[in-house]
Amino acid sequence: MSDKHKQVAYYPGCALEGTGHAYNRSTKEVGKALGLDLVELKNWNCCGAMEVKNIDPKLQTYLSARNLSIADAMGFDTVMAPCNGCYHNLKKAEYDLAKDPPSREVTDRLSRKAGHATYEAGKVTTIHALDWIKESVGEQGLKARVKNSLKGLKVANYYGCMYTRPRHIFPEKDKGPGSESTSKPHFMDDLLAAAGAENVEYPLKTACCGGAHTLSDSDTSTKLVLNLLTTAEACGADVIATECPTCHTGLEMHQVRAEKVFGRKTSVKILYFTQLLGMALGLSARRVGVQENFSDSTGLLRARGLG
Amino acid sequence: MRLDGMLAASDAALSAAAAPLAEELLQLGETILETWLAAHGEIATDRKVETFRLLALHRQGARGDASFNACRETCRELVYHYNLVRLEPGHAEVARRLRLGAMVARHLMLFIGGKLEVAGLGDFCCASRPLRQLDASMQTNETV
Repeated sequence: MSDKHKQVAYYPGCALEGTGHAYNRSTKEVGKALGLDLVELKNWNCCGAMEVKNIDPKLQTYLSARNLSIADAMGFDTVMAPCNGCYHNLKKAEYDLAKDPPSREVTDRLSRKAGHATYEAGKVTTIHALDWIKESVGEQGLKARVKNSLKGLKVANYYGCMYTRPRHIFPEKDKGPGSESTSKPHFMDDLLAAAGAENVEYPLKTACCGGAHTLSDSDTSTKLVLNLLTTAEACGADVIATECPTCHTGLEMHQVRAEKVFGRKTSVKILYFTQLLGMALGLSARRVGVQENFSDSTGLLRARGLG
Repeated sequence: MRLDGMLAASDAALSAAAAPLAEELLQLGETILETWLAAHGEIATDRKVETFRLLALHRQGARGDASFNACRETCRELVYHYNLVRLEPGHAEVARRLRLGAMVARHLMLFIGGKLEVAGLGDFCCASRPLRQLDASMQTNETV
């Protein structure tokens, strides 16, 4: 535990203002409940996501660099991004600007053209919401604040794919005891266990959900998601905990589609890990945006004395 | 035994044939990756990585196509479940371990099957194409 992340710059990204609104709401509420302070970046822009990146990767680097430079100008050395896609892109920009001179040159040129300060590599570090809570409060700190234990709730933790890949852009991971692992991530498991949840062994926690082709090849995505859902059920999970708005939306939407298209109904519920933590900290289900989820978990949560 | 048969089989049936079923799952994984390599005109390696051909095949598949790493942990999970069953074939949870192994194999099959139809599957998660491909950076120099 350290005070380093007690106050951080907050980069919600586009998804958390749209389909991932419940993640935005629950992240802020959990922060408040834990005494952590989020200061949203002023005038932030899209991180470049996959559309820009696939057309022009250096433009994506510039877009993410601009967000990092805003954090720097606001006096922060740490940006917290809860979305796996944003987290990934900001980390990739950090890496590119430190290691790839052509990226550096393009970013500098575009910054001058746009009329704002260029970003100096190494001045700002991006962290995920998992790092933010794990490193600022820790399991013991969290345990001490739990008002409504998640005891009895069986959770499959789904980290998705961007949180761990490619591993070289996350130099802080795979450092051994205490650090996050790219092959077997465990920070979400640790935090939810501290909140009382029973984590099930989930072998597909970093497997691909086909998110990139959710619109262009829906059947492939639906089949991949259906396997994630049925495997979670086979592991005995009541809930799949997510940490990314894209994964979350994909799991929820393809759960419905799997039933309609393939006639395969699954009953596992999908909740953001921040929603689960929020309820464990005594916040109401409404306060952490459970009603905004597509997957109706009201019955399950009531049965477990949550919400 | 087919994957769906394995998933539907009784605990007793799975426990009775634990070791051969674990072998079958591992071989299925190898066949899935061999299919990918064959589709790309490559001869599947007989080498082993960490004593497993499956991991060597994965490494071969990922060479030049880093988005293939999106199934790296899936292959490793398959090996993990194989090890669990082979090391403790008489364990009380062996049937469950085999079923989970079958689900992991199914995911690998779905991913590779999807990737054979849509090459971009896995690109988003690895985000590796723009990061590693030279042609992408050359294209950038022209467009920015």
